[in-house]
Amino acid sequence: MSYVLLRHRDIPNLKQLDVYVENGGFQAFRKAVTEMQPDEVTGQVKISGLRGRGGAGFPTGLKWSFIDNNNWPHYVVANADESEPGTFKDRELMEENPYQFLEGLAIASYAVKAHTAYVYLRGEFWQVAHFLDACIAEMEKAGYLGDNLFGTDYSLRIYTHLGAGAYICGEETALLESLEGNRGQPRLRPPFPPSYGLYGKPTIVNNVETLTNVPLIIEHGGEWYRTFGTEKSPGVKLFSLSGNVAKPGNYELPLGTTFRELIFTHGGGIPNGRSIKAIMPAGASSSVLPATDEVLDTPMDYESVRTVGSDLGSASVIVIDDSFGMDWVINKTLHFFKHESCGKCTPCREGTYWMMNISDRLTQGRATQADIDLLESVARQIRGKSLCALGEFSTMAVVTSIERFRDDFEAKTRTEEAEG
Amino acid sequence: MNRLLAQYPQKVKDILAKYPPEHKRSAVMPLLYLAQGDKMHITRQDLVDVGEICGMTETEVESIVGFYTLYYEEPGGKFRIQVCTDLPCALRGADEFYAGLCERLGVEDGGTTDDGLITVEQVKCLAACHRAPMLQVQSGHGLDYHENLTVDLAMEIIEGLRQAAQAEEKEAQA
Ligand SMILES: Cc1cc2nc3c(=O)[nH]c(=O)nc-3n(C[C@H](O)[C@H](O)[C@H](O)COP(=O)(O)O)c2cc1C
Ligand code: SF4
Ligand code: FES
Repeated sequence: MSYVLLRHRDIPNLKQLDVYVENGGFQAFRKAVTEMQPDEVTGQVKISGLRGRGGAGFPTGLKWSFIDNNNWPHYVVANADESEPGTFKDRELMEENPYQFLEGLAIASYAVKAHTAYVYLRGEFWQVAHFLDACIAEMEKAGYLGDNLFGTDYSLRIYTHLGAGAYICGEETALLESLEGNRGQPRLRPPFPPSYGLYGKPTIVNNVETLTNVPLIIEHGGEWYRTFGTEKSPGVKLFSLSGNVAKPGNYELPLGTTFRELIFTHGGGIPNGRSIKAIMPAGASSSVLPATDEVLDTPMDYESVRTVGSDLGSASVIVIDDSFGMDWVINKTLHFFKHESCGKCTPCREGTYWMMNISDRLTQGRATQADIDLLESVARQIRGKSLCALGEFSTMAVVTSIERFRDDFEAKTRTEEAEG
Repeated sequence: MNRLLAQYPQKVKDILAKYPPEHKRSAVMPLLYLAQGDKMHITRQDLVDVGEICGMTETEVESIVGFYTLYYEEPGGKFRIQVCTDLPCALRGADEFYAGLCERLGVEDGGTTDDGLITVEQVKCLAACHRAPMLQVQSGHGLDYHENLTVDLAMEIIEGLRQAAQAEEKEAQA
């Protein structure tokens, strides 16, 4: 199969505008603007079954159709915040196949009748942002951005905006707050961005990978996209594979590929003579899966991963070998979430602090049996009481590790008791 | 006198042009980067200058600086070496790499070298997990990634930064 997203691996120098155009670049945008009504564009994306690749898996065409046509102007914002530990796919797309991403953003903007689009990048993507600025300037020069595009009265401008080191700004309403010049703290939803978004105007927020799918969907039609993947999770997905594997990296595979194929066939298996112990399919926010045969043979699509007790999320697959204790693993995730809690609501702000504290005691061998239960109980109290999903995310690995790898935790308290 | 407007009139104009004229506040983050650039921290005067351009009070601008981790209220090293020790990197030896680097530089976690040039700190995932150990260098010139490192390779990078800083100083004196 040739690539849909990582096309730069097939076509050298695809990040140059002339090469991109020689390979059919901007034909889809031209077709959309000159031959299709905005609703028809949305219709094709609906048919394709494309679901958001930022984590939540919400159907993209459906989201676009929610845009409020009684309130103007409209905006589209590309979510390039990519900060989930274990995720590095959007960066490769923007660095190596930038025009396909920007064309997708342009098509999305046309579909919802927006004339201004922003790319919100995490602050660390400083170089990527400068590179995209250069690409945008090239597009303006070549007539793919600006006024009267392709001889019509449609106009579009794209701007980049750099964040400054806050994971929470990946959450779409925090991102919009940040873009408005406020602290990046989530808004209460509803209202959702398609009715109340940037500057209170109807706004579509989509992940970089989601948008990068769009040009080929418009070029080949929604039905074509459904030839990849499964019935309920159509299409291809970028899997960011990291941790204890021989060949970590991004892999573009149809949704529904098994963990085993990703980790062993593509990722080259587990190095250093170790064996696989656990998998986190959605970065630090994952429910942790023990690497049983049942799990390894599970197809990675949104529905199947749920049946074995986790979520596909952003498909950042972290592999953990048998030399690591899960108490140490969740200590790492808890330091992350404690650092990244935006502090707006008490259960998350205080809860992440306390979980980290107990977990520190545990990994240092200073905890008792009762602390394991205390940790689990703090985690459970955060659930369902937080304003945004970060609060929930912070508890996933904790609760599932204690449930599924309790021995790792008990071993830590036993050493302490044995040593007196 | 607004230093940013005086020193970088075109840059300020370009930044403001990205946002609707009635939403100047959106420019606060890029303006803070502009203000921070030449000295790697934000001063009181910067807060006032940035606020004046985008219509915010000094306190409001300060709350932005306090919220985001890439802005600094305290001066640190000319270069900030930020090593990712988050889970995926740590599974590939990032903790040992970081400890080794601190030892070679003779600094504690979060410390600055005696010459005031280098601050080393641990940071969370930088979207480079497949190329661990890795670090980024933040300076007035922006942010650079360095990946697939060993302590030796990292020391070479730091040596390069030292030389660049010395050359820059010479140039400034000349
Ligand atoms: C704490 C948190 C962090 C998030 N981080 C990101 C991110 O870095 N990138 C991203 O695309 N979506 C992220 N999301 C999801 C967004 O809120 C939103 O669902 C997504 O941008 C929608 O785009 P999509 O439908 O194309 O996936 C995050 C959500 C939460 C709750
Ligand atoms: S759940 Fe956490 S990150 Fe989300 S709004 Fe509350 S404090 Fe902020
Ligand atoms: S965990 Fe270090 S870059 Fe992702």
